[in-house]
Amino acid sequence: MNTDQWVALLAADPAPVRRRAVSRRLLLALATGLPLSFGWMMLEHGVRRDLIQAMFWPMFWVRLLFGAAIALAAFVIVQRLARPGVRVRGAWLGLAAPVVVIWVLALLALLSAPAEERAALVWGQTWRNCAIDIAVVSLPTFAALLWALKGLAPTRPALAGAAAGALAGGAAAWVYAFHCPELAAPYIAVWYLAGIALPVVAGALIGARWLRW
Amino acid sequence: MTKASPTVKSEAELRLHALFVRGLEGDAAAYRSFLQQLASHLRAFLARRLFGWPDEVEDLVQECLLAMHNQRHTYQPDQPLTAWVHAIARYKMIDLLRARAGREALHEPLDDELAVFAESANEASDARRDLAGLLATLPDRHRLPIVHTKLEGLSVAETARLTGMSESAVKVGVHRGLKALAQKIRKTR
Repeated sequence: MNTDQWVALLAADPAPVRRRAVSRRLLLALATGLPLSFGWMMLEHGVRRDLIQAMFWPMFWVRLLFGAAIALAAFVIVQRLARPGVRVRGAWLGLAAPVVVIWVLALLALLSAPAEERAALVWGQTWRNCAIDIAVVSLPTFAALLWALKGLAPTRPALAGAAAGALAGGAAAWVYAFHCPELAAPYIAVWYLAGIALPVVAGALIGARWLRW
Repeated sequence: MTKASPTVKSEAELRLHALFVRGLEGDAAAYRSFLQQLASHLRAFLARRLFGWPDEVEDLVQECLLAMHNQRHTYQPDQPLTAWVHAIARYKMIDLLRARAGREALHEPLDDELAVFAESANEASDARRDLAGLLATLPDRHRLPIVHTKLEGLSVAETARLTGMSESAVKVGVHRGLKALAQKIRKTR
């Protein structure tokens, strides 16, 4: 088939394309994955019993905000990486900002605590499960996002997969915060971040192979 | 998005952008004209960069056209078309070079995106890859909708009647079939 015939084939009866198809597709994936992530958290862990009381503690909100901010920045990044020729630019800062903020809060908390209590601030009571639990909660959102990306056009597939992992991980950290009893900033700075890092690494590995087009 | 582009938009950018946007809205004539002109630009752009493999150029032009058609929903009209086209052509070229000889084979840096519309070459040489043959290897649910609507010019309704498929299955078949074809092309390298 020569190129003129090929062009004629492709151009025959082109279906109209909806505006903002990339954002639509990613939002659809979130709308599918997030309720499943939330449902899994409710089923497996349940919201903390003192949720109403916890709402009066600033760290409860810091923790929610941490996950939400990472997810929001990662959404912008994924949305840009999924479109050829669009640069990510300043959105990287949006991803770095919540991490820097939680680390500053963590250092302040560690410095102001007596030396013998510092270890407890980092390890908390539940460090053994936290990162894995967040990664598991992220799975439905992660899978839905990778599926959405498969139908888009990331020219840097590994990076796009990693960003999808950050989005799913951030959203999962937000979901998990409704359950988690830990409120110390150093704990969040280590274990929540580790929980988010797991889908990021998985996304990079899967993206490098599976998201090629 | 509000930032002005650093360079004046080329005449080709403006012309192709207008045609493409109309094509995205479903204007078949504008879309065809867009793809034809795009093919000429891609041919010139790729030929300069693949002069070690002149035989690959037409195959890659066709592969890029298919990729741009399949991924056309990732273009937003407020984005410079040059950047979008260049990013896809570059991605496909690197993909090819990786399969063949690795990145070091590049004779010229690939980062000059404005060059993608700088020249155009209308003379289509023969493609080596047999697209019609590849098309024939698709399963019926993909192949028949493409053959009837795209090659024979039947409407979706006529194709549905002829094949016994539903109209939505015909539309999905065309869409998925062209995606599957792109996968097959990648595997035949």
